Amino acid sequence: MKKYSKAKKIQLTLSYLVIIAMIAIILYPILWIVGSSFNPGNSLSGSSILPDNPTLSHYKELFNLEESNYLLWYWNTLKICILTMIFSVILVSFTAYSFSRFRFVGRKNGLMTFLILQMIPNFAALIAIYALANLTGLLNTHLSLILVYTGGAIPMNTYLMKGYLDTIPKELDESARMDGAGNFRIFWQIVMPLAKPMIAVVSLFTFITPFTDFILAAILLRSNEKYTLAVGLYEMISDQYGSEFTLFAAGSVLIAIPIAILFLSLQKYFVSGLTAGGTKG
Amino acid sequence: MGDQEKQYSTNHRKIALALSIIPGFGQFYNKQWMKGLGFFILTASFFIAFSDLIQFGFWGLVTLGTDPTYDHSITLLVEGILTVIVTVLGLAVYILNLRDAFKVGKQRDLNVAPNSIRQQYQNLVGGGFPYLMMTPGFLLLIFVVIFPILFVILLSFTNYNLYNSPPANLVDWIGFQNFLDIFQIPIWRETFFSVLAWTVIWTFGATTLQIALGIFLAVLMNQKEIKFQKIIRTIFILPWAVPAFVSILVFAGMFNETFGTINNDILALFGLEDTPWMTDPAYTKFALIMIQTWLGFPFIFAMVTGVLQSIPNELYEAADVDGATIMQKFKNITLPLVLYATAPIMITQYTFNFNNFNVIFLFNGGGPAVAGQNAGGTDILISWIYNLTMTSAQYGKAAAITMILSLIVITVALWQFRRTKSFQEEDMM
Repeated sequence: MKKYSKAKKIQLTLSYLVIIAMIAIILYPILWIVGSSFNPGNSLSGSSILPDNPTLSHYKELFNLEESNYLLWYWNTLKICILTMIFSVILVSFTAYSFSRFRFVGRKNGLMTFLILQMIPNFAALIAIYALANLTGLLNTHLSLILVYTGGAIPMNTYLMKGYLDTIPKELDESARMDGAGNFRIFWQIVMPLAKPMIAVVSLFTFITPFTDFILAAILLRSNEKYTLAVGLYEMISDQYGSEFTLFAAGSVLIAIPIAILFLSLQKYFVSGLTAGGTKG
Repeated sequence: MGDQEKQYSTNHRKIALALSIIPGFGQFYNKQWMKGLGFFILTASFFIAFSDLIQFGFWGLVTLGTDPTYDHSITLLVEGILTVIVTVLGLAVYILNLRDAFKVGKQRDLNVAPNSIRQQYQNLVGGGFPYLMMTPGFLLLIFVVIFPILFVILLSFTNYNLYNSPPANLVDWIGFQNFLDIFQIPIWRETFFSVLAWTVIWTFGATTLQIALGIFLAVLMNQKEIKFQKIIRTIFILPWAVPAFVSILVFAGMFNETFGTINNDILALFGLEDTPWMTDPAYTKFALIMIQTWLGFPFIFAMVTGVLQSIPNELYEAADVDGATIMQKFKNITLPLVLYATAPIMITQYTFNFNNFNVIFLFNGGGPAVAGQNAGGTDILISWIYNLTMTSAQYGKAAAITMILSLIVITVALWQFRRTKSFQEEDMM
């Protein structure tokens, strides 16, 4: 052990005190909700973080399709997120590749349009989205959500991807063209494999955005069995005024744990992606 | 330019351009039969397919219907926008046709042989490739992003609300009346300004706090002497890792006045178990800012940590030699470097919170209700728009407020982006 000076000791002690306080503030809600989910009974009256006789019954209820639509919501959410991710990645790669590699009429205006569109959150036009979905009969369908999420993901992610593609040297394309490769082949076999890190970032963003979105899903989805997790969980707690709080707690834990693990293992992509998005604009 | 005109001995370009007023004929004149036929058929089918829609669409857009038994104003509005989009696309093809006839005519004037069909095909595949690739994404963008924006812009000039709702009634154009109402009718004016004021306080309060806490913890954890770095850092990231809607709903439970743990377990120790978190706007506002700080600091923490690790140690050693205190080192070395590297992202944090619907709505639904205004005590602009649309069916007013909100966001964002690299990049030119 090194010997620290007195000032340093005080500084370190204070630092540890802050760290301990922060850990308590961060972990308290998490422990509270985990504890609640094991509490017997429906409400929380007379419960504690460490329940006297913990029970798994709330988890069992969630997994029972006859008692709860929870599994259905989970399935809906995953379906919407994965399809949005696939469509977005394809469309974003196409548009970003065009913007990065070709000089065509309308390119500059296109880039400006994307720049402005990415500033307005797409739910700002929620009245229009609601009215349009109503008119086209797409209200209460997952297709409408996937389309809106995918369209909304294009401007910002195209910018991210274009920024990355710009850093891949164009000489590679040209030498492939010398060897007789066509446009699509260059895109598919030369550029895309090199853009894998950014494809990973775009995939993550376009998966997680629909997962955490509440407002669009709340507007477009009207019946309980069509809900996503965000809407379902909200209805669960707002409908019964806390009378099913323990069930809600179990539902929250089952969402938080897998997503947190996924997130922590891919965290560096999030940081790099968000940083690139902010500086490259 | 006058000199160039004299170089031409023939006038093919002008004749071709003039003939192209009927699409295709300019190309025929240029002896490009296939291309001319293509343009002609495209134009003809455009008129056959859309002439009804165009006539009807513009009529609907102007009148918004005349007879409530037959006309549904909102359908007419949507069809009107569709007509405008189709017309714009048609005009684009028409201009392309004029351009093409002129260009080929010019080639003939300069005695360059026009491209053969084979070359034309290659041109189309080569030059058209970026358009081909962008078409699917662009079409989707037109229909799910640009279309709704146009719809909201037009809607803000109508009186669409519960009482004028089709099918029983018609919606009418009312010019700027919605905007005037928001500033002239007392209840709207008071609501608008109180919501705007809270939106601004919320944006600056919550964002600044989360940024300050993030930077502070990153600097704290950058001390090499701290043990268990890895596990502490992971815990600090946790609030970001859990989906925000889950955390917010959990907080709503924790702050609940009857069964929530904040009142029952923590504040009860101090005899404060009756704190009105959900029924007094001031308490709800305080809780909201605290919650957003909890949710938002980890991202700043992670980002600043990355920046700190790239600051060369020599800077601090040199400062030590000069006898600088910790505070001086922070103020003169760390903070400027961190802010310089991360300023654009910090600004996006402000615009994000400005529109942070989730935390406001999921925590307390924008409530509690307040007397004398038609928004809840903690509603920000975006959640107020949501309530106007989904519960009180004030579509026209909601659209007008959406326009005001978008104006604010775009102004801030443009101001920010003008200062960033991509605006000056040569490839934007």
